[in-house]
Parts: sequence; structure tokens; C-alpha cells
Amino acid sequence: MTSKNEAMDELLKPMYKGKALTDPINTAKDKWNLVPAFLKVKGLVKQHLDSYNYFVDVDLKKIVKANEMVVSDVDPSFYLKYLDIRVGYKSNGDREKPEVVLPPHECRLRDLTYSAPIYVDVEYTRGRKIIIHRDLEIGRMPIMLRSNKCILHGRSEAEMAYLNECPLDPGGYFVVNGTEKVILVQEQLSKNRIIVETDRKKGIVQASVTSSTHERKSKTYVVAKKGRIYLKHNSISEEVPIVVVLKAAGVVSDMEIMQLVCGDDSAYQDLFAENFEAASRLGVFTQRQALEFIGRRVKTVRRMNAPRLSVLQEGLEAVATTICAHLTVARRDFRQKAVYIATMTRRVVMAMQNPKLVDDRDYAGNKRLELAGQLLSLLFEDLFKKFNNDFKANLDKILRRPSRASEFDALLHINIHSNNVTMGLNRAISTGNWSLKRFKMERAGVTHVLSRLSYIAALGMMTRISSQFEKSRKVSGPRSLQPSQFGMLCPADTPEGASCGLVKNLALMTHITTDSEEEPIRRACFMLGAQDIGQADSRVLHARGSFGIYLNGTMIAVTRYPGAFVRRFRLLRRSGRLDAFVSIHTDLQQAAVHLASDGGRICRPLIIVDRGVSRVTARHLALLRDGRWGFDDFLRRGLVEYLDVNEENDALIALYERDIGQLTTHLEIEPFTVLGAVAGLIPYPHHNQSPRNTYQCAMGKQAIGAIAYNQFRRIDTLLYLLCYPEQPLVRTRTIELVKYNRLPAGHNATVAVMSYSGYDIEDALLLNRASIDRGFGRCQTLRKNTALLKRYPNHTKDIVGGMRLDGSGRPIYQHSALGGDGLAEVGSMVQSGQVIVNKCVPTGPTGPGGPSGGGNSTNPSGRGPGGQSRERESATSSFQESPLVYRGPVPSYVDQVMLTVGDNDQALIKVLLRQTRRPELGDKFSSRHGQKGVCGMIIKQEDMPFSDQGICPDMIMNPHGFPSRMTVGKMMELVSGKAGVLRGTFEYGTCFGGSDLSEMSKILVSKGFNYGGKDMLYSGTTGEALQAYIFFGPIYYQKLKHMVLDKMHARARGPRAVLTRQPTEGRARDGGLRLGEMERDCLIAYGASQLLLERLMLSSDAFDVDICQGCGLMGYNGWCPMCKSSQNVVKMTIPYAAKLLFQELISMNIAPRLQLGDVF
Amino acid sequence: MPKLGSNIIGIESDRVTNTHSNDFPAYSKDIGEAWDLEAFKKKFQLNISYITERTANFDLIGLDTSIANAFRRIMISEVPSVAIEFVYMFNNTSVIQDEVLAHRLGLVPLKVDPDLLSWVDPNAEEKEKFTDENTIVLSLNVSCTRNPNAVKGDNRPENLYKNSNVYAKDLKFEPQGRQVETFKDHPVVPCDPNILLAKLRPGQEISLRAHCVLGIGADHAKFSPVATASYRLLPLIDIKEPITGKDALEFQDCFPSGVIGINDKGEAYVKDARKDTVSREVLRHEKFNGKVKLGRIRDHFIFNVESTGAMLPEEIFFKSVRVLKNKADYLRNCPIGNVE
Repeated sequence: MTSKNEAMDELLKPMYKGKALTDPINTAKDKWNLVPAFLKVKGLVKQHLDSYNYFVDVDLKKIVKANEMVVSDVDPSFYLKYLDIRVGYKSNGDREKPEVVLPPHECRLRDLTYSAPIYVDVEYTRGRKIIIHRDLEIGRMPIMLRSNKCILHGRSEAEMAYLNECPLDPGGYFVVNGTEKVILVQEQLSKNRIIVETDRKKGIVQASVTSSTHERKSKTYVVAKKGRIYLKHNSISEEVPIVVVLKAAGVVSDMEIMQLVCGDDSAYQDLFAENFEAASRLGVFTQRQALEFIGRRVKTVRRMNAPRLSVLQEGLEAVATTICAHLTVARRDFRQKAVYIATMTRRVVMAMQNPKLVDDRDYAGNKRLELAGQLLSLLFEDLFKKFNNDFKANLDKILRRPSRASEFDALLHINIHSNNVTMGLNRAISTGNWSLKRFKMERAGVTHVLSRLSYIAALGMMTRISSQFEKSRKVSGPRSLQPSQFGMLCPADTPEGASCGLVKNLALMTHITTDSEEEPIRRACFMLGAQDIGQADSRVLHARGSFGIYLNGTMIAVTRYPGAFVRRFRLLRRSGRLDAFVSIHTDLQQAAVHLASDGGRICRPLIIVDRGVSRVTARHLALLRDGRWGFDDFLRRGLVEYLDVNEENDALIALYERDIGQLTTHLEIEPFTVLGAVAGLIPYPHHNQSPRNTYQCAMGKQAIGAIAYNQFRRIDTLLYLLCYPEQPLVRTRTIELVKYNRLPAGHNATVAVMSYSGYDIEDALLLNRASIDRGFGRCQTLRKNTALLKRYPNHTKDIVGGMRLDGSGRPIYQHSALGGDGLAEVGSMVQSGQVIVNKCVPTGPTGPGGPSGGGNSTNPSGRGPGGQSRERESATSSFQESPLVYRGPVPSYVDQVMLTVGDNDQALIKVLLRQTRRPELGDKFSSRHGQKGVCGMIIKQEDMPFSDQGICPDMIMNPHGFPSRMTVGKMMELVSGKAGVLRGTFEYGTCFGGSDLSEMSKILVSKGFNYGGKDMLYSGTTGEALQAYIFFGPIYYQKLKHMVLDKMHARARGPRAVLTRQPTEGRARDGGLRLGEMERDCLIAYGASQLLLERLMLSSDAFDVDICQGCGLMGYNGWCPMCKSSQNVVKMTIPYAAKLLFQELISMNIAPRLQLGDVF
Repeated sequence: MPKLGSNIIGIESDRVTNTHSNDFPAYSKDIGEAWDLEAFKKKFQLNISYITERTANFDLIGLDTSIANAFRRIMISEVPSVAIEFVYMFNNTSVIQDEVLAHRLGLVPLKVDPDLLSWVDPNAEEKEKFTDENTIVLSLNVSCTRNPNAVKGDNRPENLYKNSNVYAKDLKFEPQGRQVETFKDHPVVPCDPNILLAKLRPGQEISLRAHCVLGIGADHAKFSPVATASYRLLPLIDIKEPITGKDALEFQDCFPSGVIGINDKGEAYVKDARKDTVSREVLRHEKFNGKVKLGRIRDHFIFNVESTGAMLPEEIFFKSVRVLKNKADYLRNCPIGNVE
């Protein structure tokens, strides 16, 4: 643990503005050091790792515990019981040293899955004996990188380098079949909580609760319709009056129902009274009647051989297990459930009386974030159940046989199914389709391929949250920025367009809770003097002045002293007696104290303030600086605590120390942490117009730069790298925290803000040619080409053929990049049409069934004697070339060739091709302020304007980019950057902080430059001074991945679609450029009929047809098969698509008859 | 507004005035119809401030902006110099890619007198293209090994490995043919021997041969013989009203040190306007409003030529003059130019 964060230690050393260890500490300025301390403990993607670790270490055991017995229907004496489950280590193994067969990078390269075995200990019967078997492997679990089951866990930088891993890589993703997959954080409405809503149009007030247990998911509603209140549930066929339900749940007395629902509030009583009539009209008075009433309305889905239940039993079952399924009923004690339903009803009544008392679905406190661990746990439970069912079915089949040769050993049969677990997990993660049988849930797009376009793209992906709302619905609520998201979710980082506001990103200091035990909290509540509702009289529950105590949405106790209770509870939590992530808050309107310990709540740390004094003092920060304290020490000593969104409502949080008043309860650690990792790159974002920051968040992910320390060892489908990446001159604290300065993506370009040449209109940029010559914006693209040498069932296999030679003994053009082994030589140039891997596929009677592929396959006998032909001649079957051919507008160079064996013993060849590109006309660049532009012209250095010092700009930007965009931050970046360059320091543009602009200007003046950053320039062409002063200095510019070379496209003639014979569409298929309907309209309006004819038919799909003027149908070869004559057949040209339409109509029994007339 | 024909550029707080050059025939009646060589000879001055091995700083006074700018432009882009243009890789197992290494090599300034080489004929046959007259061959053969005598506990790569860093000085000159004679006294070396080219680790090696040819900056920036060549105009500070006392000190602070002096009377005076960087700070202060006028002299060019090291800076300037002269000669000899 100590050695792993060398980088972070280094970061902790220099304090604010280079303070040394002896410098005095100022709490107001230095408390930001808690942020790196937090990130050191938590890491940037700790949510994912925590969640996965919790799943593997805790949840997995719970799942197995819940499904521990497998018994046979046939043989009652047989049983198999799971005792324990472990991932990655055996019972006698070291849990710190997980068993992973291959390191993650090898899995990436070899298209394998990075996984560890799942071991179980089982106890089962063999004959009469009970046998305990340990370390039985039931499948393999994909391992999240950097989790505690990963071999990278707790490694030092040197060890990481040895494993070919980048120490800055955040981890938190999986490697499945060689691709890196992220399980995105899913945002949902909280489970097991009452949500009250109104529908104005239908006049409905309803309280709903989504019950979620391991077994099932169901939703229970309490609805008020026309003043009457009903209970609605999916498995009950009609709405049941609420009094009936409460009676069924054992609250028989009307008086008690009134007490439970309305308390002593007469307004509520008046509203509710009507419901008693409904029940009495139905003749339901006793619990039995009520249960039977419900039982008759239950939709029963019984398994085939389950016994039929009576109506009463059905009713009992429904109330006990179906309605509000998350509450378990022990020994027919419905008390808790009755109170719960009564509470729901009470909330409905309250909302009926005062429509403002409804819940907000978009409120962040009503949201839960589902992480990789929870999703995997759902999936694993499903697979584990299936595994056990399959095993049981198999078992029964064998046990049913009357005579068995040997004694039955269950172990021999359990392993057959282990592949199901492995495959199920792999398939779900690699396709992203989460299908759970027991919840009948089908969710697509849960996982995504980790974007490795740039370091920040990968990082941004790890903090992404996707919402479950459909994108098509036109509601603005879920998309808009909620005030409750402050500090939890980044306000700037969201995509534009369809998923705007639905995809969000976590802020820098956000933590997501995992489930924690309820029992200790319950005990603490009673210890603090709250009265158990099991013992409490119904009268006191909603009495005036008494507060209900709700644990995870369920009322467990009441207290008359909520203030003292909450205060003491917090004391317990701060002293470490309770889990730090348990939240407590009072809701005065509901007269409730809510405790939450469930997983998926968003929370963040804050400094505790006591009687107007921050608990964190200079002394503590000194301890932090000296490395004697970590973030956990602050937490343990009650100086800092986590608050979730709900508890934040109980707090009065001061932004700065100077704002602390008598009532203040907390102090922000640092305001810049409201932004996420991606928005944190922007210098002076608080001076920008807000959409600009959002645009930069999208573009920062497209910037080309350094990706990881192991970037040259990676073989990715497509990789963009910058040759000379520079770290920004104007940094932010976030940049240092996420270590963007170590893997930067951009250049510090000297920019002159002026208009020049007219080729800079509409945001175009002008580049200095000498800068490009010297390496500005120079980048590389690396593209992977894969060939798989397959094995066929008839024992033939693909081989790699040698190169073919021409008459003079030199390789033919197509094979000039190949070596003697038929693979492209590393370092050689490949041009379009040349072969990279000369793969040969067996043909003939023994082949894989006819020739497959092989576009430009030629006769193999033509190959020269120099080719590697021994293997091919010795093989009995003949081969046909099916080579991997390079296609591209410019040549590439072979960077790496990898030969390995993949998953199923098939040889895998990966060839990495490299192109080095210098910026050209049309390449896209962007600053860090959402100001993108393409290169409009490349200008010679001597034509560029120059300053007194002889400095030429690298780039000229048009000043018209500023007034409408209002990116003041960009100007400040320029001034700060210029001052920093002159002074020899990095300046800071941290959000709500950063280097002071007037100070920067003073530096400029002291170095002999203008106060405002505007210099006098001379024209490069005339040599005269320019009449205006030019804003001139360094701005960090990113090169974006959109490059002309990847987009350029033209076609004269080319491929056509088979069906319509029209030119194909799109660049990838060498398609034509479409003359669309609007262009067509123009031509029609203009009257250019011949041009229309040429564009729409002759250049597209002209087709000569024979048309019979007798019947009006089409014939062929001058013959009309309908009229059996050739008399009236004429030739004409029509679009093939029209001919196709006619034939399709004919096939539908519609005869389109053409009547032709002369035009001229 | 300065009067017509004034050669002072006005530096206002928000703009630059009177920027146009006027020292050419028929600009105004005052100057006369034709350009007069004798008048120019009388007017023109060349003052040298300093010349070192790498930099030259000199003043050209009394010539038109277009001519001064032509010198600047030619120095940047048309004075020929020698740089690596073709790199033949035999082996490169380092982390740096062939193209990037070649690009870095090209940018290394070489100490070669460009007059000793002739131009490569781009249309010549590949085999006859490079001769001992137009090409210099350099080679780079480095392989990295572990240092057996490494000091324990010192984990710096320079200590642990041999040849962990490849520098420009590792480029070896391979004289071809007559070059053994011509380059005997001054072999081809990089101007700056310690330019880092690549980093190696044990087992990695670089083996290549590079052909250096003559080129100009217009082809590629690596052929430009100057790091920068530019000029600035001589600043002019005109104190209209006396500035004394505390204000004088404040006034002094508005300029770089040494520009403004304060005499015995406590009055500010212009000590050395040449040192001014024209930051226009003084124009921001309201109290000096109208008391001072800033300007620059349009035909006083303070040239600064920084050589990359291949040639002496003054030589670069002389060559630019020669190139300009050749251009003029060419134009004069052009058929069109001769039409009477």
C-alpha cells in the first residue's frame, strides 16, 4: 500500500504554490490537500472497485448462502450443500495473492478473458457417507482490473511496468475476449422507498414502492382515485380498497386503521373516512374475509407440480410475500407490513390534502446508482440458480435409473455445467445484454468498450452514469440539472443531443455507497431510546410530536425527541461505532427520521464544523503534509464525514472558512471538486459561458495525445498518438490530481488573435508551416489487422504462405512488404493493395467447403521457388490464397507483428500498421474552451507576423470567435500562460481559484510586455508594423481525431448495390455522392431537365427495357411473353429501380402498364 | 497625427499610426520623383551592436521597410544550408519509431559550410543522385548494454546502462570520395553535440545511415540557417512636459530599467530609448496623459539574427544580401524587364 502511490506522495509534497515543509500552513488555502489525500485512498474509479470488491467478498457469499442446498426430488437422502465460495484463491491459498493465470495485458493481446476461478466448498452425500470437498471450481469470474482480486492490486510502479501495465491506468474495467469493457454506472429510482406522485390529468395521487429482493422484483401502488384509496399490484387482478388490505394485514379495527393512517389530524380523517364505507359495502369486516377477498383476485402462476392452494391461502400468501415484497413476514406477524402499507396510505392522504407533499423523481436523493458489483451479483445469482437447476435435473435423471453400476458421486456431474457460469458472465459483459430470468429483465447496452482515444476519454468513461430513462420521451425533468446534484455530479460534463442530461458524470470527490448491515443500526436506534413499533401502540405512531424512525424506508421505531436522537446518532457515526456511510436526516413534513444504509447512494466528504469553528485545523493539515495522517485518519477522528444527498438537506454548508456562521454545520473541502475529472481540465472554467465547458468535455475525449505508459505495447483496433505531447502551461489542480500532465494531449501553441488572409473565417485556424515542420500536431495512427488461422473439422487448417516471386527473382508488387514467412516485415512500407499476411485456406475435396473469400486470389502454382512452399507441398490438400490486404489512400508502415495462440488453440496473427501524419488543411483543432476549428491554411513562417522578439505565432485565430462565445477563460489562459512562460512557472487556472489575473498582468509588465497581453506585431509580408495591437501568447491546443485523411472521398465510377444497381452509399463502400431531393428540387425549379436525367438516371442506374405497347408490360429480347408477339415491342431506358418497382408490383398482383407517347 | 512623410510611427494606447513605409519613388512630392542612390548612400548606416558566434545584433538605418523585410524573409527561408534529408534505417529496436527518429535527425543543425556542396538534382536517377559533391553521409550506430561497473544503489539509467541516451554527437561523419580532402580540417559535426535523439535500454540498438543535402528553409524549416531572424524598430520616447518628483520614479517604473533616467533636478529624461520594449505601460497611467508621446522610427531597423550554428550570423546576412542581389539581377535580365 505504501509503495503503490509514489506519484501521489510526490503530489502531496509540494503544497499550495510550492510551499515547503517548513512553510506556515493556512487552513483556508491548504485544506485542498484533503482532495489528493481522498483520491489517494479512494482513487479515481474507487466506486467501481469498491462495488466489485464488495460483490466478490461479501455478496457472492450471501448469494451462495441463500441458494446453498441442492436436494433431489428422487432420492430424499441426497443433498449437496455449499459451504463457502471464493474467487481467485483456494481454501489453503493466500487471499492476498489471487490466482490469475494470465496477466491482463496478455489477455488483451491474445483476445482472452481476464478471469480467476470460482471455488466452492461443498458437503454432499455419497451413499451413506457425508463428504466435504473443498476447492471445487464451478466457473471463472471475470476480474475487474485493479480490484483486490486483480494481480495489479497494490503493485508499485516498477512492478506494473514489469507486467506491461500503465501505473496511471485507473482500472475498474474488465478484459473480455481481449476487449476492455466497462460496466457503466446505472442510475435508477431508489428501491424499497415510497415515492408519492400526482397525475393532474387523471386526478390520481399515488404512492408506489418498487420492492426488490434477491428473489423477485415487484411494484406496489397505493392509489387515490376519486377520493377512494386502493392498493394496486401486478399480480392482483383488480384494485383492492385499502381498508380491505389493511384488514387482511391484521389491522381489523377501524379505529386502529384510522390511527395508523391519519393519526389525530382531523383533516386527514375526513379525507380518509370514505374508505371505511367502501370496505363495509363489500362486506369485508374480518381478517379472514379480507384475505379471501384478496385471495380471489390473485393471479396465480403456479409451477406444474405445486399443490393447489385454497383462496384463503392464496390471500395469505399474497399479503405475506407479494405485496411489498421487500418486507419479510416472520411467523405470520403482519404488523410491520400493515404499518408500511398504512404509511403509504398516509402519504397519499397527505398529498391529497396538500398537493405539494409529493416526491420529486429527479431529486438526486431519490436516485440510486447501480454499479458493476450489483449488476454482476444479479447476473451471478441467476447463473448460479441455473447451474444448480441443471445440476439437479442431471442428478434426478441419474438417480431415477433403477440400477446404477457404481455408487453415485455427485462431484462427477457438477463440473459439466461449470462452463455455463463462465460463458454466461463472459457473454453478458462482452455483449452488454443483461438478461435475468427471475426478474424477466432484459437490459441492453449495459457495457461499453472502453474508449482509449485518449487518457481522459478512458477516465471519463469510468465516471460516466447512464440513466434508465428512454431518450425519446420529451420530458425535460430528468435531463435538467438538479440543484441536489451539486458536488455529486459534474454540472458541465454531459453529451449534447439525444442523451443530453441523461448521461452524467461523477464529480471528483463523489463516493457511492455499498450495502451495509441493517442490524447494528437497528440496535443503535433502540439503544438511543427510540420505541420499537412492534411494541408501540398504534396511537402513538402518528401522534403530534412523535417522529417515526425509518430504516431504509421502513418504519422501525418512534421517538418523541428527534433532535436529540439525530444528534446522538451522528455522534455514534462520527466516533466510528457505525458505518461511516449510514446517513440520517429529519423530514419535518413527514415527521420522520430517515436512516439509510443501502448501496448506491451518492455521497461526498465534508469538513465538520463545530460551533462556528472548522474541526480541521492547521495542526491536522500539518500532520497530513508530513504524511503521518491519511484521509482515513480525518474520517476516523470525526473531522470529516460523508454526507449523502438527503443528509445534505439537514446541513448548512459553508463554501469558504470565512462564511462560517453560528449555524454552520459543515465546510466544503474545496469548491473545484464540484467538477468532474474531464471538466477539471478547463482552465478558468468559471469565466466561461457554461455550454462552452460542456463542449470542451465532449472534445477533450477526442483529443489525440498520450494514452498510457504502455501505449507502444498495445495492439488496439485504432490508436491515435501524438508525437510530441506537451503538458499545458496553465494547469489546474484537477489536472495534477488525475495526472493529465503525465499523459497530456495537446500542444502549447503560440496564438495570435487576429484576422489574416481570410482563410480564417468561420473558426478556421491558420497554422505556421515551420511549426508543423518542427513537429507541431504531428501524430500517429496505429491500426490493427487480424488474421486467424482456423482449424477445420477435417483436420485441415489455414496456413501462412510464403511470398511469390516474379521472373527476376524479386517478390511481386503485392508481396513486396512480406518476409520469407509470409508475414509483413516490421518497419517495411505497405502500400494500398499489398499483402500483410499471406493467409492460405485449404480447398478441394478436403477443404472447408469451397473457396472462401480471397478477393484477389491467384493460382497458387504461379508462386516462385523462393516461397516457403515445403509445408504446402507436403500437405495433401491444396490451398488457396486468402490474404490480408492493406487498403488506404496513403502507405503505412508495419509497427508490430504478433503471433500467438488464442482461445481455442487457433493461431492468431495481429499486425499493427502505423502512419505518421503531419497536420494538413482541414484537420481539426480545439482549445480547452469548446472552441474548435479546422486548419484553413498553412502559412510560411516568413509570411507570419512577428513580434519585437522575433516570435512568430504557431497559429492564428480569428478574433470573431470571442464575442459570441464569451470564452473569457481562454483569454485568461493566454495571459496566465504568457506570464508563466516569462516567469518560468506553470500557472494555475483552477476552477474558482487559480492564478490571479492582475498579478499575471503585472508579471507581463515587469518582463517588458504589455499589461493586457497585446503586442505590437510586424506584418510578415510587408514588414510594416500592424496598425492594431495583437493579443498574443500561448494557448493549449488539442488536436482532435477528425482528420482529413480519414474522411476524404471521391468517386467517378465504382461499386453498385446488387438489388437496385444504384451506386453504393458511404465512404467505406466507395460510394457515390448523392444528389438529394432538395438538390433535385433546385434543378426542377431551374428547369435543367437534361441535367436531371443525367444525374438521376444515366449516372445512376440506367437500364434498357423492352416494353410492349400492346399490353404495357415489360418483355425481353424484343419479345412480349404476354402478347406472344414482337410486334409492338419498343426499347427504352428507365432507371433500374423503376423496373424493379414494376416487377415487385406484378408480384403483388398489380399490373403497372406503361403507355408510351412521343415527346417530340 | 504626424505630418506626411514623417518617419515616426505613432504608438497610441489602442493603435499604431503612420505605419506605412514611404521610402520609395513617387510616394510624395517632398521626397522627389526618383530614388536617388547618392541620397541613399548618405542616409544609410549600418551600426553593429555585437556579433557573437551564434547571434548578431546590428542596426540598419535609412532604408525602406520592404528591403529590410526582404533580408529577414530571405534569411529565414532562402539562404541554403545542409541538413539530413534521407535516412536509411538498418535496425531500430528502440521505442522511437523510424519516422519520428528521422524527423528528429533532420532537425539537428549540422556544422557544414553550404558552399562546399552542390545541389542535388531531383530528377537524376536514384543511383546517380548522390555524389561526393552534393551529399554528406553520416551514420549512427548505437546499441545499449548494461554497465558492468554500475555503482550499486544508483538507479539512474545513465549509471545502469551504457549508451542509454543517444545524442547528436553520436552521429559519425563518413567522408566519401574527395570529401576526405575537402573536409579534412573541419569534419561534419552537429552544432550542438548534446541534442538528445533517442533513449535506449539494454538490447536495443539503432543503426542507420543519413544523407545530408543542401536545401532552403522554404522546403523545410530544418534547412533554415537561423533560429530566428527578425528586426524591431527603434523606440522613441518624447517627454512633452517635465515629469518630476515622485511621478518621475513612477514614470521610470513604467519602462524597463535603464530607459529613463532621473537627473539632479529630479526630472525624468530619456536615457536610452533603445532599451525600451514598448510595453506601453506608461499610456495606462492617466497622470502621464499628454506628457509623453511614444513612437518608433520607421527606417531604423534593429536586426537580430540568431544562427543555428551552421554558419556565422553575419555570413547568413551577407548571403541574404547576395540572394537579393541575384534576384534583382535575374529580374533585370528577364525579357519582360528589359522592355523599354
